[in-house]
This record gives sequence, structure tokens and C-alpha cells, in this order.
Amino acid sequence: MREFRYERAADPAAAVALLAAAPDGAFLGGGTNLVDLMKLGVATPDVLVDVRELTSREVADLPDGGLRIGAGVPNADLAADRRVRERFPVLAQALLAGASGQLRNRATTGGNLLQRTRCGYFTDVTKPCNKRSPGSGCGALEGVHRNHAILGQTIAGSDDPATCVTTHPSDMAVAMVALDAVVRVLGPDGEREIPIAELHRLPGSDPSRDTTLRHGELVTAIDVPALGMPSRYRKVRDRASFAFALVSVAAALDVRDGVVRDVRLALGGVAHKPWRASAAEYVLRGMPATEASFAAAVESELEAATPLRDNAFKVPMARNVVVRTLLDLAGRDTERELA
Amino acid sequence: MDSQITLRVDGAAHPLAVDTRTTLLDALRERLRITSPKKGCDHGQCGACTVLLDGRRVNSCLVLAVTVGDAEVTTSDGLAVDDVPHALHRSFVEHDAFQCGYCTPGQVCSAAGILAEARAGWPSAVTPDVAADTVELTDDEIRERMSGNLCRCAAYANIVPAVADVARAEGVRR
Repeated sequence: MREFRYERAADPAAAVALLAAAPDGAFLGGGTNLVDLMKLGVATPDVLVDVRELTSREVADLPDGGLRIGAGVPNADLAADRRVRERFPVLAQALLAGASGQLRNRATTGGNLLQRTRCGYFTDVTKPCNKRSPGSGCGALEGVHRNHAILGQTIAGSDDPATCVTTHPSDMAVAMVALDAVVRVLGPDGEREIPIAELHRLPGSDPSRDTTLRHGELVTAIDVPALGMPSRYRKVRDRASFAFALVSVAAALDVRDGVVRDVRLALGGVAHKPWRASAAEYVLRGMPATEASFAAAVESELEAATPLRDNAFKVPMARNVVVRTLLDLAGRDTERELA
Repeated sequence: MDSQITLRVDGAAHPLAVDTRTTLLDALRERLRITSPKKGCDHGQCGACTVLLDGRRVNSCLVLAVTVGDAEVTTSDGLAVDDVPHALHRSFVEHDAFQCGYCTPGQVCSAAGILAEARAGWPSAVTPDVAADTVELTDDEIRERMSGNLCRCAAYANIVPAVADVARAEGVRR
């Protein structure tokens, strides 16, 4: 591990100033991802600015029934918060579907959003990876990519500096995207708010950047606006527990008189960012809340899929997980409908 | 770069100078010779290094020692009071809940963590209704909540009843 200087700051503004003066420095939250990446030689900060206890560890009520979640709130505490469990079950379920009890106790809300991909080529410094080492190529495109992306990748050949086919690993962020959360950040130039759909990015021509944050910007809180409809999170993975998603879905559904009045859909495990299924949402609004409608909607979203050699199974898996989750939310019984 | 810290472990304070790169696990084992937390994967995946930090279970291999501050570290050793084994220690022995024993201190600390989490009403990924007021540590709940602790001898079949017995005695299982 590279040597580093460890800094604590008096307040968030001081932390931002410390990092702004350290181009190779990093903020340290719970460290559950960063410390691991430092051991692997993937992350090599020369300064760590500890912000775990600097940003709020409180979950506060917003006037509209939403919540302001301090960036320092541990994942476990957020999943256990009674307001989250009652108003945003999709968020509690997504958090509980991620990692292990030990990791959730230490990992923070802000850090969860900013965790790096678990692509095996990214975490192995002996392999090519445009995200870790820009211009070195992409080992995954023609290598081991069974759990990689099916949407929004940059596919331009293994040696091309733009190629990246990996996924974003967070479960929580998928729920946050479905909930239209707003990320509050403090930077050298002051505060700004980022709609979460604009926080994470597709690889485009620069896979090294996961998010639109600038160096020195600190996530201070995440605002989750009121939802007012039933929601849930469903995750498919290789093991029953403690594994990253093959495919996951965060969904909310408002059905009146058998018709879809409003719907939120976001997919995990399928792209470089949590994937808001806007096309499916658009198709579904105003349609009867039936299995046929749900299937047609998600199929319209997945028309854009560009699966790799070994992960085409994710396309029907995503379709089925979305349909099943929407049927659950609509209170419909699949087997009866199929009969 | 060295940093002067004081670690509070199992009721005793230990001042020491550590390189900032030192994890809590390495500080405990290599500097303080407190060896009940074990190094398995060193990447937060196996749970052998689990300790309680202010009563909450964490992977000590992913916690930098310089970040611990005044938090109280409790290892499996420290769960015993006046050399009397903790109920979980006794239950693991009674149920033969290990073979080689390497993962056991981490399993015991994690189990102590899940008992506290269940008493606080925390749901898990297998809890049918996350908004329910109370949780019961069924076998499925124990398996899910202990999934961050691997046992390569595969003593799981005995670990689950070992934890279940203590859960019942503590009123978080019928």
C-alpha cells in the first residue's frame, strides 16, 4: 500500500479545502471499499481526509414527507430507520440486499454511492483496464464478463481506450435512482445539488470517471422526496446472500381502477450506472396493470440491450424480474393470470 | 507515516505508534498480540476478523487503526467476563459449531452483533415485512444475518442451532 498522510478536519468546508489542495488525495468514509482498493494497489491516495464523522449521521424529516439522509449515516442505520422502512421499503430492502451485516455497519450512505466497480480486471493491477489505467484497454470485453453490463457500454475493441463494459455495484443507488433522490455536495466553489440520475455516468469516451463529481467535492447529504406509492426491491444473484446482483430492480407502482397511474423503475447489475428504465415507465403510464402491459413495457426498454458473448441471459432475466416485481406491487397473481 | 494512537481493547487502553496504513486487525494481532480476531481473506469477505466496535460488528481488516479513536474494541476474548465464557462461547462448544476453529472468534462476535441487532428490531433481507416492529431470529434469519462469516469446514449446520439457542434465551426467538 502506498504511504499516505491521514487528516481529520474541523468541519466539511475544511475537509473540502484539504482535498482541493491534494490532487492525489481522497475522502475516507467507512473505508469498506477504499481501504480494500488501497491494499490491492488500485487506489493510491497520498492523503486521506477522514469524513466519516464529519458529515451528518442523522436522518431528518423534510416538510413534504421526504427525508434528508446525512452522508455519514451507516448503511445499517439507514436500513433500520423506521421512516425508511415504512415510507420507502424499496430503499430498506435495497440496503439489506447489499454486502454483509459487518460491512453495512461501517459503510456510509455517501460512500455507498461512490463505491467502485467490482470488475475483476479493475481490481487486478496486472490486467488491462481503462477505468483503472486509462488507455490500457479492456480485459473484460473478450474475457470474463458473465456479470457485466448489457446496456450503455462502450464497445470499441479490447485495445480501444474508450471500451468499458462493467457495471455499478451498488444496490442502494438503484433504489435512490427510482426514488428521484437529490445528492447534495459541497465543493471548493460552494454547495450544489445533483439529481441522482445525473450523478453516475455511462463510460462514454472516458471510463475512468464513474460520476460527474469534481475533485474535492464532498457528498454531504441525500434528499429523498416523498413517494406515496408502494415500492419494493428485488435482486437476483448467484448466492442466496452476500453477492453482487446479476440483475436487480427497484420499482414503485401506483394503480387506480386497474390502470397504471404512475410507475418508477430502475435496474441494477445491467449498466455502468443504475439504469433508470424511462422508456418502460413512459410506455406503462395509462396502461392496464396487467402482465402483458408490464412485459411490453420492459421489452421496450430492453430493445436497446447489447449483451456480450456470455451475459445474454441477463436480458430475459431482467424482463422476468421486472414483470414479477410489478405484478407483486399490483397485487396480481402471476400463476392465476397465466392459467 | 507514523501516528500516535490509543486503542481501547477489551477494557484496557493501549497507547502505540502505528504506520497510518495499519489496519485495526494488524494492530491487534501484530502489535498488541491480541490474536482472537483472525486474518482470513483480509478483504472483508470472510468475516474471520470480525470484532465489535462500540458494540457493532465490523470487519477489522477494513478499518484503519488511525480511524478508531475512542471507540471500544471488543474481541471474542473480551466477550468473556472474569474468565467466564460468554453464552455464545458455551453454545458453540455444546453444539460442536466448528472443526478447525479458525473462523470461530469472528463467528462469535458476529453472532453477538446479530443478537443486538435483533433486539433493536432491525430487519434483514429475508424479513417478510421490513416495517414490522419486531423480528424473530428464525433459522433463515440467522443464515442471512451470518452470511458475512464463512466457515471453510462448513460447520454451518451446527453454527445455526448454536446461535439459535442463545437467541431463544435472549427472547429474540420462540
